[in-house]
Amino acid sequence: MNTSAPQPPFAVQVEDLVKTYAQSEALKSISFNVAHNELFGIIGPDGGGKTTLFRILTSLMLPTSGNALTYGYDVQKDYKEIRKIIGYMPGQFSLYQDLTVEENLQFFARIFGASISENYELIAEIYDHIKPFKDRRAGDLSGGMKQKLALSCALIHYPKILFLDEPTTGIDAVSRMELWSMLKSLKKKGVTIIVSTPYMDEALLCDRILLMQEGSILDSNTPKGIINNFQKQIVAIETHNNKESIKGLRRLPYLDSVHTFGYEIHATSTETIDTPQLKNDLEKMGYQDINVRNIEPTIEDCFMDLMQNNESHG
Amino acid sequence: MRKVFGAFVVKEIKHILRDVQTLIILIGMPIVLVILFGFAVKNEVNDAKIAIIDMAKDDLSLELTHQLSASNYFILSELPGSTNQIENIFRKGDAKMAIVFEPDFANKFYKDKKASMQLIADASDPNTANILLNYAQAIIRNFQNEKNKNAHVPYLINMETKMLYNPTLKSVVYFVPGIMTIILMLISAMMTSITIAKEKEKGTMEILLASPLNPSLIVIGKVAPYIILALFNAATIIALGIWIFDMPLVGSFGLLTGEILLFILASLSLGVFISTISQTQQVAMMISLMGLLLPSILLSGFIFPLESMPKVLQAIANIIPAKWFIQILRGIMVKGVGIDFLWKQTIVLAGMTLFFIAVSIKKFKIRLE
Repeated sequence: MNTSAPQPPFAVQVEDLVKTYAQSEALKSISFNVAHNELFGIIGPDGGGKTTLFRILTSLMLPTSGNALTYGYDVQKDYKEIRKIIGYMPGQFSLYQDLTVEENLQFFARIFGASISENYELIAEIYDHIKPFKDRRAGDLSGGMKQKLALSCALIHYPKILFLDEPTTGIDAVSRMELWSMLKSLKKKGVTIIVSTPYMDEALLCDRILLMQEGSILDSNTPKGIINNFQKQIVAIETHNNKESIKGLRRLPYLDSVHTFGYEIHATSTETIDTPQLKNDLEKMGYQDINVRNIEPTIEDCFMDLMQNNESHG
Repeated sequence: MRKVFGAFVVKEIKHILRDVQTLIILIGMPIVLVILFGFAVKNEVNDAKIAIIDMAKDDLSLELTHQLSASNYFILSELPGSTNQIENIFRKGDAKMAIVFEPDFANKFYKDKKASMQLIADASDPNTANILLNYAQAIIRNFQNEKNKNAHVPYLINMETKMLYNPTLKSVVYFVPGIMTIILMLISAMMTSITIAKEKEKGTMEILLASPLNPSLIVIGKVAPYIILALFNAATIIALGIWIFDMPLVGSFGLLTGEILLFILASLSLGVFISTISQTQQVAMMISLMGLLLPSILLSGFIFPLESMPKVLQAIANIIPAKWFIQILRGIMVKGVGIDFLWKQTIVLAGMTLFFIAVSIKKFKIRLE
């Protein structure tokens, strides 16, 4: 392809992008950039506009207004160029279920004018996992193996930018970790990766992330940057009955936000939280086995807080 | 480019071969239909009950009555009295047709050179009625010709028959072109519209669109294998018609093949067009069945003669490709005519094909909705 062409300043450039459907606003004027060779995460709950954004960047959908450049190509005018250099894995499993693993890979290699052997080096680590099942029909694979096959098919033509729409949704924890380690090694081979996920803990595995909710960007930073920007006090609370005590906690005026977090409850405040005082208040409400401790915020705490603020403003 | 196309065709053939159920239906259906129509659903009529109302009772009327009963088609029963009994016997189902001789039949025939008869058929079953009328007309005409052999001035019983090319009324002539048309339409139009809609429904179209594939290549690659399947079925139907039911094949085999290919292309273009307006397999199937197959069966002349339809329906029938194709098939197979008689139908089909290809190209979306 055009390896000699100069590299555009950004892998993806988005400016004031708006997409409205008949009933709703999927993207509310968002802007961001993705650098070359970045592992870029788009995090947010379902219905946040992630899939719409992916479809616009892959030239499969037209924006209502605003600009988007994928590898320097305009998503509207230069869609043919974009389709030559991207790899795309939609959220829905989209391979041919009645074809075998190998037949699927062969088909996708051929339609991109590539061959399996010339780019095998790129997919070797991934495809080795499913090679023992190469004669099995894609429809009979497990969820994790389906994703590995889909990823292999999206990579077989050595794309410059790889778009993965929720690749870890609906697969087991082991496969999830395997997939992320595969993305890390793909990045080392020079591929820019843009990946969306509803799982906040996966944010830490990205170079940079974009937090999206209801079509707006809540924050965009490195995972570390997001945690460092968190200004509030945070405590972890445990009682004999978390479900009940969360209601009591929400009545305390000096707490900002309260939400469950695994086996604990996390509470935040803009002021310093007096932990003995909090414990005392809970005991007065009749809860037992109370344990309160100061903690460092996790990335999920930051997201919960950002999302809560967004909801109260909106 | 050719490699990409090849990959597509190979993939599509695998889809077809691995869906064994559908494949069995597609290959078995034409065989079942031909045999069903050939043996069970006969349009021929034997031993139909006919009422004779003879108000002349002369030599000539008796002679003609005798000839009618000598054929194997009718069982005659004498109905005394007047024509107002006819409705009654039709209602009871005692007869399918009544033949009425006017009084003084022989006299008028020999002296005035012109006698009249009435043929009244029970049209609640229009097919049978039509056939019975044609049978009777043929016999009466024969009778009249017989009498005219020795006459200097021709005697006349004013009858007409449309059975020019199929005097024995073999039904195979009617149903083989019809079944062929329906089957080709089913495979070329319905199956292709469903298979393209399936790519949309399953999300694979999303990946194909995000690839550098040319959209027209996607479509052509998908429909090409169906041409082979459709040709195979056409051959099966013709072979069964000829070998089992003595279907005539009078005209040119080359022309027949060419016209079949043209109709397959017309149906494929219709199928592609349907796929551009449907998002799911179910919608594609419903549009194909209701919008395409049903009118093709009803308004093509396959089962119901177009001539006996209201003018409005006859006009609508003109936009149905099946109508033109059935005319072409009957022309080549039964009448043995060449392109000099069928150029009009051929041009109409070719025009429709080009039109739907153009519309499909225009409507094919290079993006998702």
